[in-house]
Amino acid sequence: MATTQILIAGFGGQGVLFAGKFLAYKGLIADKQVSWLPSYGPEMRGGTANCSVIISDTPVGSPIVGTPDVLVAMNLPSLKKYENDVAKGGIIIVDSALINEKVERDDVTTYYVPATKMANDEGFSTLANMILMGKLMKVCEEIGFDGTEAAINKVVPPKKANLIEVNLKALKTGYDFE
Amino acid sequence: MAEKVLMKGNEAIAEAAILAGCRHYFGYLITPQTEIAAYMAKKMPKIGGCFLQAESEVAAINMVYGVASTGKRVMTSSSSPGISLKSEGLSYLAGSDLPALVVNVQRGGPGLGGIQPSQSDYFQATKGGGHGDFKMIVLAPSSVQEMASLTVKGFDLADKYRMTSMILADGTMGQMMEPVSLEEAAVADYDKSWAVTGTKCEREHNIINSLSLVPEELEQLNFKRYEKYKTIEENEVMYEEYMMEDADICVSAFGIAARVAKNAIAMARAEGIKVGMIRPITLWPFPVKAFKAAAEKVNSFISVELSMGQMIEDIRASVEYNKPVTLCNRAGGMIPSPEQVLEVIREANKGGNK
Repeated sequence: MATTQILIAGFGGQGVLFAGKFLAYKGLIADKQVSWLPSYGPEMRGGTANCSVIISDTPVGSPIVGTPDVLVAMNLPSLKKYENDVAKGGIIIVDSALINEKVERDDVTTYYVPATKMANDEGFSTLANMILMGKLMKVCEEIGFDGTEAAINKVVPPKKANLIEVNLKALKTGYDFE
Repeated sequence: MAEKVLMKGNEAIAEAAILAGCRHYFGYLITPQTEIAAYMAKKMPKIGGCFLQAESEVAAINMVYGVASTGKRVMTSSSSPGISLKSEGLSYLAGSDLPALVVNVQRGGPGLGGIQPSQSDYFQATKGGGHGDFKMIVLAPSSVQEMASLTVKGFDLADKYRMTSMILADGTMGQMMEPVSLEEAAVADYDKSWAVTGTKCEREHNIINSLSLVPEELEQLNFKRYEKYKTIEENEVMYEEYMMEDADICVSAFGIAARVAKNAIAMARAEGIKVGMIRPITLWPFPVKAFKAAAEKVNSFISVELSMGQMIEDIRASVEYNKPVTLCNRAGGMIPSPEQVLEVIREANKGGNK
């Protein structure tokens, strides 16, 4: 009876909402109960954006993630804002290419992934978000890699089907990153 | 069942409306309900429907009045300040006995307020929503699936009783995505012989009007309308009872507040506190009997609301002030946390058994 609460946070434009939608679809395909809730309003226009995703074996109550099991931080303000909210024993995944500081807590497991740099090096500079999702699938066993391709097929709009492959590559890059 | 897809609550309302046969949408953009208009703008032209972005909310609701007069399914949507602008039109719809669907995806107020979720338009929605004696059927979805199913239900009830149905949602319900399964809705054959559709010189003129200058006649119209409301109060109440079988404490909440309350109830149950919930799905007609029956069994009630306490007045009246009703709330676009609700449940539990 597992429930995984995920919070993805960063700047508007980093693909925070898209990454969350991918996870939600992945959960749906795995026959789980899911919810996806974005921040909306002025913060999306150049400020911080975040998105709550819940993937559960039981019906989702509140879709608001107050105590995430997994935090994916894509900029420093997001890490500072949410670091202390993460559940004890939870996971924090940090884009270390954009965040120079270390996580101060020692009761969570932190993974530093220079996702933005990796994305630039690989030639898909806009997909740091999916590299981080790859890492998340690796370190969070409730999520795992299964169903990834089907979820990407759902979440990439048909008009942009040419981007499916590169998204999968970004996910794999993050998944394989040690 | 159709395949489950992920959709925002706002989009689910729009698609469900189309599946329910609505081909006319008039609106004016406002956060957090803009996706409804955006969806309609994209979809309506492709299916021979009409999407029109009006010059104002006032214009939009009067366009709704026009199409409703012809007996066609029609809707508009807005968020709190926009609904206030529409309130004159809501009263005219009621005064002319016209069916329509109006969606309010509430945001914090009063005034322009903010754009974050709120439930502070409860009074406005359930106590009329404009001048004069009238009611609207008010439906409060608590999931994206219900955003869709209650939209279909809203159109049906509007046609059945010739009146306005309102979907009273909030920013969270509008913006969140959940799996939803959508199917073409069967549209019952409602009597629309009153509609203005052209006489073809074959029948008397139908007249749609809310002006009635003879007080004796206007009084009779009001009496008749309230007979109809009585029938609705008898027949159309909807609510969900959750873990009420052995409950000592009854939480009540609708929409997003009910979702938060369910988390709190699970936490309280884990501590051995016997707590359940009545979730009104129709806010008008209010589930008066369900609360009255619950008052026979439980020690106290807790109303969880995203307002300064509005539904709590209906709960108190329903239980005839025989049991304490405590408010657990946030306002102005804030949402109570499950922990906050749990704390109030614990306090209520200290009151012990009756």
